Amino acid sequence: MAGITSYGAYIPIYRLKREEIARAWGGGTRGGEKAVANWDEDSLTMGVEAAINCLNAIDRGLIDSLYFASTTPPYREKQSASILAAGADLRKELITADFADSIRAGASAVRAALDAINAGSANRVLVVASDCRLPAPSSEFESIFGDGAAALLIGDSEVAVDVEDSYSLTSEFIDVWRREHDRYSRTWEDRFVLTHGYHETTVQVVNGLLQKGNLKPTDFTKVVIYAPNTRSHTALVRALGFDLKTQVQDPLLNTVGDTGAAGAMMMLVAALEEAKPGDKILWVSYGDGADAFILKVKDNIEKLRDRRGIKSHLTSKMALPNYETYLRFRNLMEWEPERRPQEEGSLNVLWRERRAILSGRGQRCRRCGHVQFPMQRVCMWCQTKDEFDEVRLSDKKGTIFTFSMDERAMVTVLPNVLVVADLDGGGRFYSQMTDRDPEKIEVGMPVELTFRKINEAGGIHNYFWKCRPVRG
Amino acid sequence: MESIKDKVAIVGMGCTRFGELWDKDADDLIVEAAYEALEDAKVELKDIQAAWVGTMGQVTGATIASPLQLQYIPVTRVENACATAAESIRAAALALAAKAYDLVLAIGFEKMKDHGYGGLHPKYSAEKWHPVYTAGGTAPGRYALAATRYFAKYGLSQEEGKRTLAKVSVKSHHNGARNPKAWLRREVTLDEVMNAPIVAWPLGLYDCCGVTDGAVAAIMCRTEDAKAFRDDYVTIKGFGISIGPGWGKTKEDYDFTHWEETERAARQAYEMAGIKHPLKELDMAEVHDCFSISELIAIESLGFCPKGKAKDYIDAGTFTQEGELPVNLSGGLKSFGHPIGASGIREVYEIYKQIQGKAQDSSRQLKNVRLGLAHNQGGHPGRFQCGITIIGAR
Repeated sequence: MAGITSYGAYIPIYRLKREEIARAWGGGTRGGEKAVANWDEDSLTMGVEAAINCLNAIDRGLIDSLYFASTTPPYREKQSASILAAGADLRKELITADFADSIRAGASAVRAALDAINAGSANRVLVVASDCRLPAPSSEFESIFGDGAAALLIGDSEVAVDVEDSYSLTSEFIDVWRREHDRYSRTWEDRFVLTHGYHETTVQVVNGLLQKGNLKPTDFTKVVIYAPNTRSHTALVRALGFDLKTQVQDPLLNTVGDTGAAGAMMMLVAALEEAKPGDKILWVSYGDGADAFILKVKDNIEKLRDRRGIKSHLTSKMALPNYETYLRFRNLMEWEPERRPQEEGSLNVLWRERRAILSGRGQRCRRCGHVQFPMQRVCMWCQTKDEFDEVRLSDKKGTIFTFSMDERAMVTVLPNVLVVADLDGGGRFYSQMTDRDPEKIEVGMPVELTFRKINEAGGIHNYFWKCRPVRG
Repeated sequence: MESIKDKVAIVGMGCTRFGELWDKDADDLIVEAAYEALEDAKVELKDIQAAWVGTMGQVTGATIASPLQLQYIPVTRVENACATAAESIRAAALALAAKAYDLVLAIGFEKMKDHGYGGLHPKYSAEKWHPVYTAGGTAPGRYALAATRYFAKYGLSQEEGKRTLAKVSVKSHHNGARNPKAWLRREVTLDEVMNAPIVAWPLGLYDCCGVTDGAVAAIMCRTEDAKAFRDDYVTIKGFGISIGPGWGKTKEDYDFTHWEETERAARQAYEMAGIKHPLKELDMAEVHDCFSISELIAIESLGFCPKGKAKDYIDAGTFTQEGELPVNLSGGLKSFGHPIGASGIREVYEIYKQIQGKAQDSSRQLKNVRLGLAHNQGGHPGRFQCGITIIGAR
């Protein structure tokens, strides 16, 4: 039987305090903070992080399918899963699919993965859910929405969590939506949509599943239910008869926010980090209906403890200094026009060098053994021609050899930190540095590589690897 | 292989004022520099048999043929980023040594200030353009990598490091303030330099030269013919040029604290000129100081002082006008200005005038200059193109 064999998650390093949003716009605050994607992050880059986190110590060549779930894929036309596969350096013989348009897309993708494995058409399906929804400034959603990603590896060997049963409902109910040209998520009067959408549907799906298996609320160690806000979530779990103190997984609203399609999966990863063999978990995802799963934790869960997951990403954080920086991150104002020429893009170059640019691969000379990047025809060290093996550099850590902080570069947030980092195992990587506190950068500082968006030159999302201080 | 030491002479030079010359276009600059050189050599354009022009960007020899109304003679455009002008002189010298021509023009110019922003065009780089590898890179950002590493390697605190660099810029401004053709003719204090806004940490505003408009020209012939034009001609004693493979930023053996291409080019030039102790033998040097750190590391790589010791020599005043080896008496790129394709010949222009005893503003005139070195460098740490020209009295 198919089950969960690994998990991973990603939370961007920046947090925006809700009182800072209230400072900008007035009004009260629920307190707490939300996770905000850096300016060079989107649902895809966060997805790559969660995927790599989930595949920690797992041979990436064994993955045979990748499903990507998001309501904010970077392209309206152009699959994201295929780019994510390249970023995570997965093999070419891979079934990829995007699940989109619903905050339930993550659970839908998990369902499809379970079905594929149970049907025998796949062995290891990586499901990545990630969202980076843009709330309208000064809206109710602005303080609730957060950014994040989670990943589950679904397979039928070395299963850590069995899926014992599931139940699904669909609903045409419209509660949160974006039309073709809507920039921000829209909604209707909250008392109506929360009562007849979230509450009613989730109660139905949970009761349906419990009746199906003749189970009662006390049969579960933990209930993990997507939450659009704390009050509705609390009311829901109480109505369902769960004990708020002992049974209910924290919906991460005070620390991360409502992460849309990634929300339910991030909560599940947080629950699995604490779970013990034998635990029974009820996992419920809501959106355009609902999916409910009964999960049984097995001994293999103990082998997955070394992931950064939710817990470690939660503690590794930097406060956004103010709301204005957030405006810059999300490009929410009309800025002074740039007089310098716009940066140019080239699909041709990106295609030719896709192994290096997207998969973060360099090469090792067969003659002299030196690892080098970017890939060359002639060895930088011994001038041997065309005798190289590719090596993945994106999972290497390194040390800053030197750096600079440019206050005039054409980047969204200054300073643009340039670093030269010597990688463990050989190779030197020159790149921009992200997720950094300019006050704390120094020669000798440990760094790691992260997949980021460089710019949108040429009308395409140009992704590449940057250095960042080692997280956690 | 034969040395061309003393085989080629410079018999006339011209240089425009450098700066933000809003009212002049490239043609004006080219005409001004060329005609000053022609008058200096007392020749006419029709006597010029071939020309080399150094400038950045995608232009042809027509860029000078048009304004000068050259009549179908060979014109070659050369480029090596900021080391363009040195190559223009070298190419002209080699053609003369080969006796392909008897009288030639080498010219370098740049019209930088029609863009509407300071600094270089983002695509003007010594590096192959790339949509993601080169994104966000600027000249100050890349040079600052060397400053950070230099401080770390030699244990200079940020304060000590910045102060040492500031002394370089204070000297450049002090020299340039008295040079009539220089752009920034203003003294600056150590505190002003230290407290200036950061451009690319650790480099502040006064650690960076500004790019400017300007043009410079040289009329050259074989030394045996030079007497026909003037008595106080100068000869080329040596030159060297070195283009590195350029992978320092991604190859672990590059230390960011020496300029390998400068060392290689200097070796060639010193050998040709027969120089063993540059600090003792040279009377002056014009060094490519696009940034204060560029000059600091260049004086080490040129062998003016041991590696890691520039601070001691700078503190001792070795490179001031009164010092043992005046460096950038012109004001350097920092104060004189930096039109990319012109700077290498402009450095030669300063030495040429000093040798002739014709330094503009007599307070700048050194006594008895016999031998000077012009160091012209393009690219950025880890990826340089360096051209060195040593000229001397006949």
